[in-house]
Amino acid sequence: MATATFKIWRGDANNAAFVDYESEVSEGMVVLDAVHQIQAQQANDLAVRWNCKAGKCGSCSAEVNGNPKLMCMTRLNELPLDQPISIEPMRAFPLIKDLVTDVSWNFEVKTKIKKFNPRPPDAEDGTWRMAQEDIDRVQEFRKCIECFLCQDVCHVLRDHHLHKEFIGPRYFVHNAALEMHPLDTENRLEELKESDGIGYCNITKCCTKVCPEHITITDNAIIPLKERVVDQFYDPLRKLFRIFRSRT
Amino acid sequence: MSQYDTHTYDVLVIGAGGAGLRAAIEASSAGVSVGLVCKSLLGKAHTVMAEGGVAAALANVDERDSWKVHFADTMRGGQYLNNWRMAEIHAKEAPDRVRELEAWGALFDRTSDGRILQRNFGGHQYPRLAHVGDRTGLEMIRVLQDHGIHQGVDVHMECTVVSILKDGDRISGAFGYEREKGRFKLFCAKAIVLATGGVGKAYKITSNSWEYTGDGHSLAYHAGAELIDMEFVQFHPTGMVWPPSVRGILVTEGVRGEGGILKNNLGERFMFDHIPELYVNQTSDDPEEGWRYTQGDRNARRPPELLTRDHVARCIVSEVQEGRGSPHGGVFLDISWIKEKLSNSEVHIKRKLPSMYHQFMQLADLDITKEPMEVGPTTHYIMGGIRVDGDSQMTCVPGLFASGECGAGLHGANRLGGNSLSDLLVLGKRAGEYAAKFAKENSEATLSGTEIESSASWALRFFNSDADSNGANPFQIQYNLQDLMQELVGIARSEEGLNNARVQIQNLMDQSEQISIGGNREYNPGWHTALDLHSLMTVSESIALAASERKASIGAHSRDDYPEKEEPGAGKYNTVVQKSEDGTMEVRREPIPPVRDDLQAIIEEMG
Repeated sequence: MATATFKIWRGDANNAAFVDYESEVSEGMVVLDAVHQIQAQQANDLAVRWNCKAGKCGSCSAEVNGNPKLMCMTRLNELPLDQPISIEPMRAFPLIKDLVTDVSWNFEVKTKIKKFNPRPPDAEDGTWRMAQEDIDRVQEFRKCIECFLCQDVCHVLRDHHLHKEFIGPRYFVHNAALEMHPLDTENRLEELKESDGIGYCNITKCCTKVCPEHITITDNAIIPLKERVVDQFYDPLRKLFRIFRSRT
Repeated sequence: MSQYDTHTYDVLVIGAGGAGLRAAIEASSAGVSVGLVCKSLLGKAHTVMAEGGVAAALANVDERDSWKVHFADTMRGGQYLNNWRMAEIHAKEAPDRVRELEAWGALFDRTSDGRILQRNFGGHQYPRLAHVGDRTGLEMIRVLQDHGIHQGVDVHMECTVVSILKDGDRISGAFGYEREKGRFKLFCAKAIVLATGGVGKAYKITSNSWEYTGDGHSLAYHAGAELIDMEFVQFHPTGMVWPPSVRGILVTEGVRGEGGILKNNLGERFMFDHIPELYVNQTSDDPEEGWRYTQGDRNARRPPELLTRDHVARCIVSEVQEGRGSPHGGVFLDISWIKEKLSNSEVHIKRKLPSMYHQFMQLADLDITKEPMEVGPTTHYIMGGIRVDGDSQMTCVPGLFASGECGAGLHGANRLGGNSLSDLLVLGKRAGEYAAKFAKENSEATLSGTEIESSASWALRFFNSDADSNGANPFQIQYNLQDLMQELVGIARSEEGLNNARVQIQNLMDQSEQISIGGNREYNPGWHTALDLHSLMTVSESIALAASERKASIGAHSRDDYPEKEEPGAGKYNTVVQKSEDGTMEVRREPIPPVRDDLQAIIEEMG
C-alpha cells in the first residue's frame, strides 16, 4: 500500500515543531483520516479537534500545506503525495497543543453582539409571515459552521492581532444574518462602526476564498454592512437630520 | 488530595446538543443558576448533523394533520412499545416548540403564503417536517446556542464528566475534567440533566462522531438509574458506503422524501416487494403514485422507500446478502432519475439537497444530479436509554433527569425521522423546567470527599501504570469493540452471537484496565479515549444483554433465531437493565401499562 509523509505540528505554545510521520494512504482518504491513523498507531497523545467528519460541524480547521482547510473535507488525492504534507494549527489563535488552538475569543465576541429581537407577530396565533425570497439571502449567512477559517486568514487578526478592536469576518456574517433578518428590529450599526471595527476590513476577500460553505462573505455580508454604516453615519442629509432632531 | 476547581449551580446540564441547550435555556428562564457542560466546543454537537427536519403537526401544508395523527404515527412507528404519555406530550407540544424557535430567530423554509414549510418523511402520514434545506440541525443548534448565550448560562466547553456524585439516594454533583490542561472540575448541583446523546461509537459503521460514547447512559446506570429497551439501536438505511474513509456518513432521508428511489443491481425497485401488513393501506404499489406523493399530491400514498427506517434497513441488508447489492456492498439510491419528470432537475436537486450534493461531490467524486449513490445501513440512533418519567423527565434517582437521545421511551422500537429534533425540544424543555423546580424545592446536597477522591484517582489510573510502553492501546481496544458490536450486536442478532459478544466485551473491559497512557494530561486524546471506553463498554454490555432478553424480532431489533414479532404469551414489555447490589448488570422485563382509553381510541381511529 502507498505511504506518504505527514509533517505535523507538535508541541504547545512554548515549544513546538514539525514532526514527520509515515503513514499508509488508501482510497478516498481525507487529511483527518491520516491524522487519526497516526494518532491511533504512532502518537496516542496527538491533539486534534474534530467531531462530525462530514464538513458540518466546523471543528477540524487547520492549515494543510499552508492552506486553511477543514481536514475532514480535504482529500489526500488532491495533494501532491510525493512530497511531505504539512499539517499545522490555525495561526490566528493561540496554540493549546499540536493541532488544537484556543478559539474561545470567538465565543466571547459573539456574546457581545445584540441578540435577535423580532417585530411583534404578524398573525393572531403568534406566528409570522415571510416570503421565501426574503429569507434566501439571510439563509446564506446561516450556513456558517463556525469553523473560524475566515478568522484565521483575516490579516487584521492574523498579522495585526487586533482582536480587541475587530470582530472578524465570522461575526460580520453573524451581524449580517441578524441585520438582514426580515423580523429583526435591532440596530447594530453603531457597534459595527465603533467597537466591531468594520472599517479595518479592506475587502481583500481572503475570508470568502477559504469559506468551506462558500458563503460570499465580503460581497454579501461585509460590503452591505459597510454601506449601511456609511448611510447612517456619513450621509450628509442624515447628518443634517440628526443635528436638526437633536435640537428639537 | 486531588486538585480541582469547584463550580456550584442549582441545575447542571451535561451535554450541549439540542436537548441540553433547550434544557439549560428553560432552567435559566425559571430563575435558577445553570451550568452547561459540553464535551466539545459549543455548537458542534451531533444535532448539527441532523438534516431532514423537525416533526411537528403544524398543519401548514396539509390541514388534515393534527397532534392526534402525529401521536398515532409515532406509536405505529415504535411498534406500540413507546411510552404513550411521552408520545402524547411530544405530539401536542412539538408545534409550540417549533414556533418558539422562530421567535428566537430560526428561519425555516416557507410555504407560498409565508408560513413554515413542511416536508414528507418516512412514517409520517402528512408533510410534517419543518426544515431548512438539508441543514435543519445546524439551524436549530445555532438558534439555541445564540439564544442560550444571552441567558446567563455558564458554559464549560471541552469538558467531560466522568462520574455522578450522590448524597444517599439523591444526586449531589458531578466530577469531570477539562481537555485543555486536563484539570479536574467538581460541580455541585441540586439537579442534573443528562443530555449526552447516543452511543454510535460502539459500532464500526456509524453516522455519529467520537463524542457519542454513551456517557449519559453510563453515568446514569452507575448512579443507579434504569436503562430501558437498549436493544433498539437504529440503523439508518442510507449511509455512504464508498470510499471506505467515509463509510457510515449519513445520507438524509430527505433524498427519498424528494423522490429518490432505491434500486438493486438488477435495476429493480425492491421496496415494492416488501410492504408490511401494518402499512399496506398507507403505501403506494405504483411508482407513478409514489412520485406524485413526493411532489405534494395529497391524494397519493407514499412510496415504499419512505417506510420506517428499521424496515428499509433490513430490506437493504437482504438485497446485499442475496447478491443483488451494489459494487461496494450497498444498494443504489437514485435521485438523478427525476430528470425524467422535471426539466430543471439539476437545479432542483441542488436547491433541495445542497449538503448532499456537496458531500458526494467532495468526498466521493460523484454528482448526485447525474448518477445514483451507493448506500447502506449505518448506526444512527438509540431508541433505548435512560428511563424517565414521561412528564418530568426525572429518573428513579432523585434530582437526576435525562432528555434527548440518552433518554428513552418516546420512540419505542423504532424512531421516525424528524422525531428526534422535536423530541429534544419538547422533552429538553420539560427536563429543564422540572430540574429547576426540583432545585427550588430541595436544599443543597452534601458532597462526599471520599467519593471525589476516588473519582479523581479512577480517572488518573491509566497514568499510574509502570508498563509505559507495554500497556494496551486505547484506540485498538475501541476498534476491537466496534468490530465485535458491528458483527454480533448489529442488524441481525442471535443468542449465540450475543452471548459471545458479552464474553468478548468482558475481555475487552479487562484489557482496558491494562491501558497505559503516554504523555501528560494536557489535551491528550489517548487518555480521553481510555476514559470513554468505560462508558462504551457499559452501553455495549447493556445492548447485548437487553438484545438477548428480547426473544423476538420487532422494530429495530432483529433476531435470526426468533423471527416472530412477539414471543408467545409475553405481551408488551420493556427490557430494564439496572446495576445490582453486587455491581453486576441485570436485566428484567416490565410490562408496558395499557394505553389510556382516549389515546387508544385515537390509535384505532387513525388505523
